[in-house]
Parts: sequence; C-alpha cells; structure tokens
Amino acid sequence: MIKVDNIKKSFGEEEILKGITTTFYKGKTNLIIGQSGSGKTVLLKCLIGLFKPDDGNIFFEDKAIQNMDDEEQRTLREEIGMLFQGGALFDSMTIEENVMFPLRMFTKQKKSEMLGRVNEVLKRVKLENVNKKFPAEISGGMQKRVSIARAIVNNPKYLFCDEPNSGLDPKTATVIDNLIQEITHENNITTVVVTHDMNSVMEIGEKIVFLKNGLLVWQGDNDQIFKTDNQDVTDFVYSSNLFKKIRDIQISEQ
Amino acid sequence: MKYIEDIGSYFIMLKKIFSSPTKTSVLKELIFKEIDDLIIDSIPIVAFISFFVGGVVAIQTALNIDNPLIPEYLVGFATRQSIILEFAPTFLSIIMAGKVGSFITSSIGSMRVTEQIDALEVMGINSLNYLVFPKIVAIMFYPFVIAIAMFLGILGGWVAAVYGGFSSSDAFIQGLQEDFIPFHIIYAFIKTFVFAIILATVPSWQGYYMKGGALEVGKASTNSFVWTSVLIILSNYIITQLLLSS
Repeated sequence: MIKVDNIKKSFGEEEILKGITTTFYKGKTNLIIGQSGSGKTVLLKCLIGLFKPDDGNIFFEDKAIQNMDDEEQRTLREEIGMLFQGGALFDSMTIEENVMFPLRMFTKQKKSEMLGRVNEVLKRVKLENVNKKFPAEISGGMQKRVSIARAIVNNPKYLFCDEPNSGLDPKTATVIDNLIQEITHENNITTVVVTHDMNSVMEIGEKIVFLKNGLLVWQGDNDQIFKTDNQDVTDFVYSSNLFKKIRDIQISEQ
Repeated sequence: MKYIEDIGSYFIMLKKIFSSPTKTSVLKELIFKEIDDLIIDSIPIVAFISFFVGGVVAIQTALNIDNPLIPEYLVGFATRQSIILEFAPTFLSIIMAGKVGSFITSSIGSMRVTEQIDALEVMGINSLNYLVFPKIVAIMFYPFVIAIAMFLGILGGWVAAVYGGFSSSDAFIQGLQEDFIPFHIIYAFIKTFVFAIILATVPSWQGYYMKGGALEVGKASTNSFVWTSVLIILSNYIITQLLLSS
C-alpha cells in the first residue's frame, strides 16, 4: 500500500501538484488519469523518487520515504518495478540481458539460476525465442512485454507503469492491460498506472484517481466513473465519440 | 549566470561519479567494453592520421629549408618536436573530441531521451557511476594511443623524408636524437592525461544533462565537440606556460 499525503511540487513559478492526498491499494491496479498537463506523470515520478516533492509525504507501508536513510531508500528501490512509456530497454543489451539486469545488479545468483528466472518471466509475458534478439529487432508491443518482464523479474512489491499503452494498437494495448492486472493479482503487489486511455480505465481500473490542473478532483473505481456527475470527469470520459455514442445508446435504452 | 551553473553542475557530476559504486563484476565488464569502444576502436584512425601528418610535417620542413647553412638533420628534428610536443597530444585530442567525445555524448544523450537513465535511477543504481566511471577508467589508456601516434608520426616523417628524397636516413635519425630533452616526453604525457580527463567527462556531462529529443542529442554532440576542443586548447596553453616557460 502507498499513501500520498498532501504532495506539492513546483517547477520554477509553475505549481504542478497542488496538494494530492490519496491511497494506492495492495493487490489492485490503481490508475492515475487526467488530461495532458494535469500532473499525473509528475505524481508518478514523485512516487518512484525521480522527483523530490516540495511538501507532503509519501508512505510505503506506513514508512515515510522522506524519513528513510540511503540504505532504506536503496532497499525500497529494489522492491520497485517500473514500466516506462517507451519501454526504456537498454539498446546495447539483448532481451535476455535486459531482463537479467536487475538480477545481476542486486542478487548473487548463479548465471544458470538467473537464466531460469529470466525464461520464467519471459514465458509469463508470453514471449519465447526472443532471448538473443536486441530491442530494436522486436515490435513495440513486444518491447513493452519485455519491459514488464524486467520490472517483475526481481519480484517487486510495487509496480509503476507510465502510459503502458501509448503507441500500441487497441488489441495489443488490451493484452498489456490484462497482463498488468493479472501480474498484480498473482503477486499481490501495489500497481500504479498512469494513463489517459479510457479503454484501460474500463479494463483494469480498480482504483482510479482523476487529476486536473494538479488537483485530485475525483477518485473511485471503473464502475463509479461512468456514473459520477462530476463535470470534470464526465468531460474527460465522454471526450471521445465512441464513449459519447455508448452513453447515448444507454440513455435511449432506458 | 548559466555558465556558472553549468560549471557547478559539472563539478557536482564529478563528485557523484565516485559515490555509490556499481557492483564490481558488472563494472569490470563495462570497463572492458569502454576500452574497446573508446581506445581500441580509435587506434586505426589515430594510426592513419599520425603516419600521414608525420609525413607531411617532414615534407613541409624539407621544402622550406633552402638555406645550405641549415643542416639536413633539421627535418628529423622538426618532425620529432612537432609530433611529440603538439601534434600527437593536442591535435589528436581535438580529433578524438570529434570521434570519442561525440560518441560519448550521443550514447548517453540517447539513453537520457529514451528514459534508460531514469530506468537505472529507479532501480537504485547510481547512473553516473554506471555510465561515466567506466569511461574515465578506460580513457586512462589514452596515453598509450598517443604513444602509438608519436611513434607512427615520426615513422611517417622518416618514410616521407627518406623515400621522398628530402633527407638521408642517417641525417633524419641524427635529427631525432639532436638536443633531445626527455622532459618534453613527460610534458606531452602530462597534458595527454589532462586531455583524457576532459575527453571523458565533458562529453559525458553534455549527454547526461541534455534535455529534449533526438534533435537535441545532435546539438549536444556538437556542443560537446566545441567545449571539449576549447577546454583542450585552453588547458594546453596553461600547461605549456606552467611546464615549459620557466
């Protein structure tokens, strides 16, 4: 579980996060949604420690990250898996080396043990016979799956995903969404996904946090989001013609 | 003000490079890879340039000596002095700023753009130590490259002078030995060492702290070449003033 308590973050004069308070639950896929520029990526980067909040606290299992010493922070980072928007796979390494990387850095396992674990997670993300290929030699969707494999190879307690569906076709996007949710449930980890994809909201939104202009304006789940009368949320949800049409059909059927 | 901030962030980067070291077994592999990329891969171009520039220096010197009172061995003497004092350490370092420097900036810059550096940081790895420290260790072998350049430059001069009919072999070799000051070699390697540090760290700084996309990686590579060259020229002047002018 991750608790966020009144997080504020500014860049120069511009206040990006204006005091966010929420909780991301263990064993659930927690979504941060909102329009571009709403502060969702900044919030994610505060959670994973790439940005230091100006004010407020972040608690990982009731322990404030600000009060952790260097060793505790290092240990915490080893418990974090991250799926970046572009995959962030290391170009100079093969798929196998990419997935093995966290094991090489943080464990004292023998190479055969590491290889066993790598093959296990690659199989879990439904990738086989790609071990010796380089990231540039596989598709975008496969790169995302390799990135998920790398993120989970060390059995993290927390999984963060920054727009996992960007640049993917709808079918592959659904595969990635389902994979993230399955892994979250199987391993009972706390997963936080930043997205603006409404399909993801529908598929995997067990806890949804809606940001607008650096403020948390609504939170709930994927059932509640389609029933809320919060104007900011409905403007966002029904900004696509597809969802507008679905709503019109539902209203006409009633 | 921006320049002062940049200088500050450069020195902060130097400090961070040596903190939170990466696992030794991983670091060892990275160092060997960097030696291959930065040193071994540079030897062919360095050898080619040194040999032919050495030849040109010898020919130019010979062609400009038309006074019969000037001894023939001056061709060898001038070639030795030009190659050892300036061409090999300084001008090859500027060429290396283009080859090695741009490579370092673009490779680190591309990792910045594609969030690979963020990925390292999220994993709890000191990305500066992981990326830059192996380059600094590898570039410590740079004086060997310059030693090869000195040898091949002089060899090129000898070949051009003797086989071009500008000087006899004995006269050229006598010129190489004439008024030889061993401290000049020490001076050349002291400045080579300083240039090596500049070659590894300035392009790394340019790549690591760049912002933007692919276009900015290109701009950062150009800036890297410009600033590395400027710093090499400036430090060359200061070192020469300090070590040779007394």
